[in-house]
Amino acid sequence: MKKLSFILLLLLLTCTTVFAQDPTVQMDDALRANGKIYVVVCTIAIVFVGLAIYLFSIDRRLKKIEKEK
Amino acid sequence: MKFIYQTWWKVVAVLLVFSTLITGLLLHVPSLPVLHETIRNLYFHVPMWMGMLTVFVVSVAFSIMYLNTGKEEYDLAAVECVNTGLVFYAFGLLSGMLWAKYTWGQFWSGDPKQNSAAIAFLLYCAYLVLRNSIDEEQKRGKISAIYNIFAFPIMIVLIFVLPRMTDSLHPGSGGNPAFKTYDLDKTMMISFYPAMLGWSFIALWIATIRYRIRLIENKRNTIN
Repeated sequence: MKKLSFILLLLLLTCTTVFAQDPTVQMDDALRANGKIYVVVCTIAIVFVGLAIYLFSIDRRLKKIEKEK
Repeated sequence: MKFIYQTWWKVVAVLLVFSTLITGLLLHVPSLPVLHETIRNLYFHVPMWMGMLTVFVVSVAFSIMYLNTGKEEYDLAAVECVNTGLVFYAFGLLSGMLWAKYTWGQFWSGDPKQNSAAIAFLLYCAYLVLRNSIDEEQKRGKISAIYNIFAFPIMIVLIFVLPRMTDSLHPGSGGNPAFKTYDLDKTMMISFYPAMLGWSFIALWIATIRYRIRLIENKRNTIN
């Protein structure tokens, strides 16, 4: 009986591990799709948005000087 | 200083970066485990650090020139170079964090490369704080120039030397194969070198614009 319960427990445990690796569960996979290419897309976006914001701030600084004239 | 008013190198910079947007996304890259397509970040993450390095080197040059001559313009040029460099620094850190999330598992894993990059970032922030805390112009110029000259080698050691001497997840560290494995792939260099050169010049371009604005501001302040 002890042996049987042990085997059952073992089976149950393997069952949970199999369940944990259920491929149908989608978790945080959006950026990992298609060979993680979207990570590259996001990197370019970060750089470009950052650069744009920086350019706007420089533009504002220049405008201030132009107004003083 | 005629160079900063010329247009040709700015056009070259834009063309170089634009070419990497196309070749960097379309050309062949080696298939590597974990990295997958994110290896293409090599053309967009690494050049940020190159741009930062370029303007920081120029900044040190101007700091030395300021100490030699005492001309105020050189001091202003050095500051604006650091200002621009810090923005590229932030781009490098942020893009690196994103890349780390999808290859190392976390945005910030306390990796030696990340930690020392953060320390060096604070080092340069301290430069700006130090500058703004001194009112007297010549004193401010001299102290910040000396600080800048010393901050640069410390930044180099923190970012490019120390992490390589320990085990870091970042390529080029410890037992890591660095980018040697990718260097074998010659097609990657078609996008990589133009990206490094192009972004360096873009950083320099922004620094020159900021410097020119600063010059006008400075002129106004001294007249009034």
